[in-house]
Amino acid sequence: MTVTTPQSTAVAAPAEIRAEPRRRPDMDTARWPVAVLGWLGSLLLFSPIAYMLLKSFQSEIDAASPAPRLIFQPTLGHYRDAFGAGFWAYAGNSIAVAVVSTILVLVLAVPAAYALSVRPVPKAQDVLFFFISTKMMPIAAGIIPIYVVAQQLNLLNTVTVLIILHLGMNLPLAVWMIRSFLQEVPGEVLEAAAMDGADRPRIMRSIVLPLIRPGLWATALLSCVFSWNEYFYAVNLTTTASTLPVFMQKFLSFGELYTAQVAAVATVVSVPVVILGWICQRSLVRGLLFGAVK
Amino acid sequence: MTAIATGASPAKTTRRGSWSRRAPLLPALVITLALTQIPFVLTIWYSLQRWNLLNPGERSFTGLANYQATFTDGTFWKSIGNTVVLTAGATVVSMAIGLVLAILLQKKFPGRGLARTLAITPFFIMPVAAALFWRSAMFDPSFGLLGWLTDLAGLPRVSWLSEQSMLSITLITSWRWTPFAMLVLLAGLQAMPDEQIEAARVDGAGWWWQFRGVILPHLRPFLELTALLLSMNLIQTFGEIALLTAGGPAYGTTNITYYVYLRAFNSFDFGTASAYGLVTLVLTIALAMPALRLLSGIFRQEGRR
Repeated sequence: MTVTTPQSTAVAAPAEIRAEPRRRPDMDTARWPVAVLGWLGSLLLFSPIAYMLLKSFQSEIDAASPAPRLIFQPTLGHYRDAFGAGFWAYAGNSIAVAVVSTILVLVLAVPAAYALSVRPVPKAQDVLFFFISTKMMPIAAGIIPIYVVAQQLNLLNTVTVLIILHLGMNLPLAVWMIRSFLQEVPGEVLEAAAMDGADRPRIMRSIVLPLIRPGLWATALLSCVFSWNEYFYAVNLTTTASTLPVFMQKFLSFGELYTAQVAAVATVVSVPVVILGWICQRSLVRGLLFGAVK
Repeated sequence: MTAIATGASPAKTTRRGSWSRRAPLLPALVITLALTQIPFVLTIWYSLQRWNLLNPGERSFTGLANYQATFTDGTFWKSIGNTVVLTAGATVVSMAIGLVLAILLQKKFPGRGLARTLAITPFFIMPVAAALFWRSAMFDPSFGLLGWLTDLAGLPRVSWLSEQSMLSITLITSWRWTPFAMLVLLAGLQAMPDEQIEAARVDGAGWWWQFRGVILPHLRPFLELTALLLSMNLIQTFGEIALLTAGGPAYGTTNITYYVYLRAFNSFDFGTASAYGLVTLVLTIALAMPALRLLSGIFRQEGRR
């Protein structure tokens, strides 16, 4: 590849320049189908969410119509009701679990990532692959001992047990992401700082961490998103002292008549993570591919 | 990469030096080991016991009896079959649509950034919330949008969650995972040198030949990786099943995760549920191994670049 690239650019570049004026019209005609199809595909994926937003502002009678009603008397009543019925207790738990587990994830992942990139331990690569391999284990295979141990430690139906498990769930991902950010810190910067006599904790605090700050934010946001949406541990280990997915599940007994109410609550609980997700969508790829793609 | 490697040359690291290197790693490593490996060891131990929470006095060691029960349980095999169908179906659908979308959204057009953002959104919506909304506003035979669409098409109304339960679950999980496939493949396309496409275009290759001859070979490792990441996650599908079909009708949508859940938390049969869990683990490892090998392959390539 390295052999052919310079040749092909050399050939392509002049051709591109010469062909540009003549090609522009058919480039434009080729562009419109792409734009239309691209928008259609995106809107198709987004349409259930748009539909959810629409229904959340309708009265239950309007919302019960199977044909989409675009003209209706909008109401904010379902949003008002969404915050009743113990919503805030669950929301508080969700925030606590997401924030505390994410802080712990960062506190543990930053030093670990440092020991796997900047100043690596022997066999760092193997340790990294151990971290990924834990993400590939089925959750069902570990849930019974987790339940039993939580019961023995009196941790069932507590926020603590979810914080611990979400920490275990997000830590491997965070180690991988932060490691890939650390690897982009130029070695010369670290050497120069060491020459100036700064010790390692100081280099870390005043040079490395500020350099990777955007990456740390992206890691934190993703960890929050996954914690916020997590359902399996929440439903199996907690009932009343639980997070929003378990709160949502209660609407199951309400049935079809409450479509608009379900839509409003679903919107409320999704908005925070959708916004966080939008902010860090680029880093998501890096995180979920474990840094294999930049 | 090379600078780091020489810094780590083992000849120069003293024993104390290597422990000061290891110290920052240890807390994270110990916690990950404790939270992931200890449960599996305990699962092995539990799976050799007769242990039902409803008869607490009867807990005893039974050897391989739970495994015998597992392998002779028709529903267990059915749940494995369902897992394969759901995982394969949703992976194929998500990848096919995700690939087409990635190719479209890589090209420049007005509002591309917004289109990408909208397309990725289903992946972030709380799955439990989305499942509940789909249940009442999409799948419901009398009030759902899908019923209206089948009416428009002149087709009979379908009670989606009971008559086409597996199709419904596949549909909603594909909806959630297509954006993820799109995002990964988009990253793969962006890692492709422009010169390759340009050279093909200059050679007069049509879009189909550009796709087959240049894009597809370049994307191959990314496609494999996407397939593996999707299937690793789809094997664990739980929320959608719990909220939409509760595994029914007649265990028709019970996948292995949901079956372990039913055994453990509805029948309280911890011994057998542990055996199910372990068999699942073995099957998943068989799938995870190629994934890890593939990832380490991509890493070696990155190193060379």
